[in-house]
Amino acid sequence: MKTSSKTWLTALMAAAALQFQTGALQAGNITAKGSDTLVTLAQKWAEVYMKKNPDTKIQVTGGGSGTGFAALQNQTTDLANASRPIKPKEVAECIKAFKKRPTEYKVALDGLSVYVHESNPVQELTIEQLDLIFTGKVTNWKELGGSDASITVYSRENSSGTYEFFKEHVLGGKDFVSSAQTLQGTAQVVQAVAKEPKGIGYGGAAYAEGIRQLKIKKDAASPGIAPTEENIVNQTYPIWRYLYIYVNPNLDKGEINAYLKWIRSDEGQSVVKDIGYFPLPKNWRS
Amino acid sequence: MAQSSGNENSGPSWLGTARGHRARPFEWLVEKLIMLVSLSAILMVFLIFLFVARESLPILFGQMDSSVAAEPVISPEEIDQVPPERLRTYLGLSASEMKEFDQETLRLLVEVKAEEIANAPTDKDAGVNTVSWRYLLLPHQWTGYDQPEYIWQPVSQIHKYNIIPLFLGSLKATLVALLFAVPISLAAAIYVSQLAAPRTKEILKPIIEMLAGIPSVVLGFFALIVMASVLYPLYPEASRLNAIVAGLALGFAIIPVVFSIAEDALTSVPRSYTQAALALGSSKWQAAWKVVLPAAIPGVFAAVVLGFGRAIGETMIVLMASGNASIMSLSLFDSVRTITATIAAELAETVFGGHHYRMLFLLGTLLFAVTFISNLIADQVIHRLKARLEGKG
Amino acid sequence: MDTQSSQLQFRPPPEDPDFRDLRVRSRDAVSFLFTGLTGLATWAIIAILGVILANILLNGWSGLSWRFITSGSDQDMFDVNTAGVLPMIIGTSARVILMTIFVIPIGVITAIYLTEYARGTSLLTRIIRGAVNNLAGVPSIVFGLFGLGFFISFVGGSMDALFRPNNPEPLWGKPAILWASLTLAVMTLPVVIVATEESLKAIPLGLREASLALGATKLQTIWKIVLPQALPGILTGGILSISRAAGEVAPILFTGAAYYMAGYPAALTDQFMDLGYHVYILSTQSPNIELTRPLLYATVLVLLMLTFALNIVAILIRGRMRRQMRALQ
Repeated sequence: MKTSSKTWLTALMAAAALQFQTGALQAGNITAKGSDTLVTLAQKWAEVYMKKNPDTKIQVTGGGSGTGFAALQNQTTDLANASRPIKPKEVAECIKAFKKRPTEYKVALDGLSVYVHESNPVQELTIEQLDLIFTGKVTNWKELGGSDASITVYSRENSSGTYEFFKEHVLGGKDFVSSAQTLQGTAQVVQAVAKEPKGIGYGGAAYAEGIRQLKIKKDAASPGIAPTEENIVNQTYPIWRYLYIYVNPNLDKGEINAYLKWIRSDEGQSVVKDIGYFPLPKNWRS
Repeated sequence: MAQSSGNENSGPSWLGTARGHRARPFEWLVEKLIMLVSLSAILMVFLIFLFVARESLPILFGQMDSSVAAEPVISPEEIDQVPPERLRTYLGLSASEMKEFDQETLRLLVEVKAEEIANAPTDKDAGVNTVSWRYLLLPHQWTGYDQPEYIWQPVSQIHKYNIIPLFLGSLKATLVALLFAVPISLAAAIYVSQLAAPRTKEILKPIIEMLAGIPSVVLGFFALIVMASVLYPLYPEASRLNAIVAGLALGFAIIPVVFSIAEDALTSVPRSYTQAALALGSSKWQAAWKVVLPAAIPGVFAAVVLGFGRAIGETMIVLMASGNASIMSLSLFDSVRTITATIAAELAETVFGGHHYRMLFLLGTLLFAVTFISNLIADQVIHRLKARLEGKG
Repeated sequence: MDTQSSQLQFRPPPEDPDFRDLRVRSRDAVSFLFTGLTGLATWAIIAILGVILANILLNGWSGLSWRFITSGSDQDMFDVNTAGVLPMIIGTSARVILMTIFVIPIGVITAIYLTEYARGTSLLTRIIRGAVNNLAGVPSIVFGLFGLGFFISFVGGSMDALFRPNNPEPLWGKPAILWASLTLAVMTLPVVIVATEESLKAIPLGLREASLALGATKLQTIWKIVLPQALPGILTGGILSISRAAGEVAPILFTGAAYYMAGYPAALTDQFMDLGYHVYILSTQSPNIELTRPLLYATVLVLLMLTFALNIVAILIRGRMRRQMRALQ
């Protein structure tokens, strides 16, 4: 009993040491890190591409857009997936690290939907009305043509790219109302709104029971546009964003360059729809 | 070997057995090593405090500045006319970095810096150092707000770090948890330790303790997916995720803690107390309520204090089920944002060493201090109670 | 007998109300009511436990399949038909096994010191006990901060600076399974200490004295007599610490858990996917909560089965130990 446990321990430690050695050497040919929004899509791209090019190995990890940029600066990843454009501070860090601006590739479109409960009579809102709702200046559905009920605002955690995007592009940088409930993911927002008749929330495209995606008007005079694929790809729906991949230009050749080209080709873009995002408009593709 | 018998004679207890013998240096050495290893618990408590507090020191001592006021721009064309030292501080470079970079790199950095300044807010509050204590604790009338308010909005052009709403949130969720869990656990502890038949007790106790085996992320999941929906029809006017939902789930998490300690304290009251009361003709309940409970009351107090510490430090349940809105409201039907959930939700995306990062470590330090003190109180109280009961019994 | 007792009956002074209360007949309504209420509270707690378990079991059972447990989530972690939890089971198991390698020796040695060497009244012993109790009460998220500040930034950062001074890429100074395990080891140290101590105390002093009388030294006695006897207790401590650590999410959020990664952790410096963290991801990040609900419930069920199986084993071993102890005394 004693000897066996000793051998077991020795074997385990030896195995750990061995694995640690191989692990340190072993690395995919291409590593991609960053936005959790993009991780499923990036994984799908990697898979389809690896099936076609068995020699290339691609490793994808999440962690958030900021994490991806940090890894790009530290040169611990080849590609940084991001759901927001890089900030000047992060560019500066990259320049310090590899003396060049990182190259930006737009790789997909994402439309942000605004959801309400399916029983809510409000069908469309203007960007300005959204601003008033989410900053807490309008607190009752009555003021928006709905029934007399207070508005429950659902927002996302401030670490998410979606939060920052909505804040910048819909609220013009103003703070969300303090009483906005901050949830951790699109699913939680959808679920909360589906259960709360007076709720409103935002997030990626979602087709769940109990909610309705609002039509959005650029201003009071323009027509309400639904967040359909067509409207997002031709950019008539007002709340959309690009999804990006950033790369160190010194590395942007050979395998990595081929992969990035493929992602923006018709073939790569055909994967995008399966995951719930929208392909780049034709003229943006490589 | 025979010499060892001499040592045993020196003390009646086994504890003293190996003391002071130089005849066996190996044993002496091992004993010292064992003692050193056993100090690791102390070391760890010390290190936890040291390394969590260390990251928050710059804020604690007001050496950090989060103001975002715009500086005058240096354009890339005039880079040659600017003295190198001025350029260095403008770009925030170290002396060695400055030497290492060529002209082209510096020009790029100046370009990017200009973009950064162009994006900087022109708000009246831009020059405010929001991580100074005045803004952490007192309300301020920020741009865009109608009156002075306590605001936690760290990801914003002006980083607003008022910690009062977070403390209020933690206290509200904890209060609900205690109001729910303490009476029910105490009643169960009295029942299991005093009133139930011994065989029933042996079955009930491990079952209740099984509640402690449910991971908090599972309780959070249960609160979010099941409880919030079940309870919502009771208060359709309020928020669906609120202090009540999170507090009840927190209560589930602390029931085993409060129960175990209270049950332990009640059981440690000498049996003779109960027997005396019963012999005088009282019922089992009267003996438990009038004799045993008063004798064990410090232990009950300790159970509540430890339950408080556990509830205020619990993370996943409140992260998932509290709604996480940082509101200054006393209503239990409003959402709450707790200290723990704030750390868990925000830390991943912060810049290492930045003010948001350090702010979250400051919250961690304060949380550690609160639980440390409540642990200390509970520990002392239990210690005294045990000493007293053993002395009397 | 009856007349005797009535003659001997002690008459309390009427102005002492407490004493009078005690003499109320034992089957009075108040006692009956409160006995019932406390019993009700006990059953309410058991009902809460039952409802939670039943809800998870009923909803999770259908999602549980051999494929679910033995496949990864290479396709799409939110796809009910293809996603599995093998990488999370492996990640969680790896981090708790690694943790026990650190925590068991330190915990057992501390317990040996406290029961076999230290005098209960000395200041040092009291400080150690205070520290152990305190460690047990530190919030799990603070352990997460500690893991980040100490293990990753300080220890990992120093190791990088020392061993790879010219490499800008951090190997040690980033979240990894090693740091997550170490953080959990610090967190579960009190569990191991308390369980081991309990089992050491249960061993009769006579056994130790007999060993000494036969000429064994104290260390030999501890190593050959005391420790083997305490093995079930040490085992219980280990299992309880695993069960506690397996379900913890907050301490590993920043120290090693990955939202998603392909493959399995192959090195100590790799990140890992984790069952508890996956429950959190599934319940908050899924694109369609109704569609992924079976996946979520099944994952919760796997996590719960893991922690409960461990808990029940620990309870059984402990119960057996206590019975043996009673038999010995």
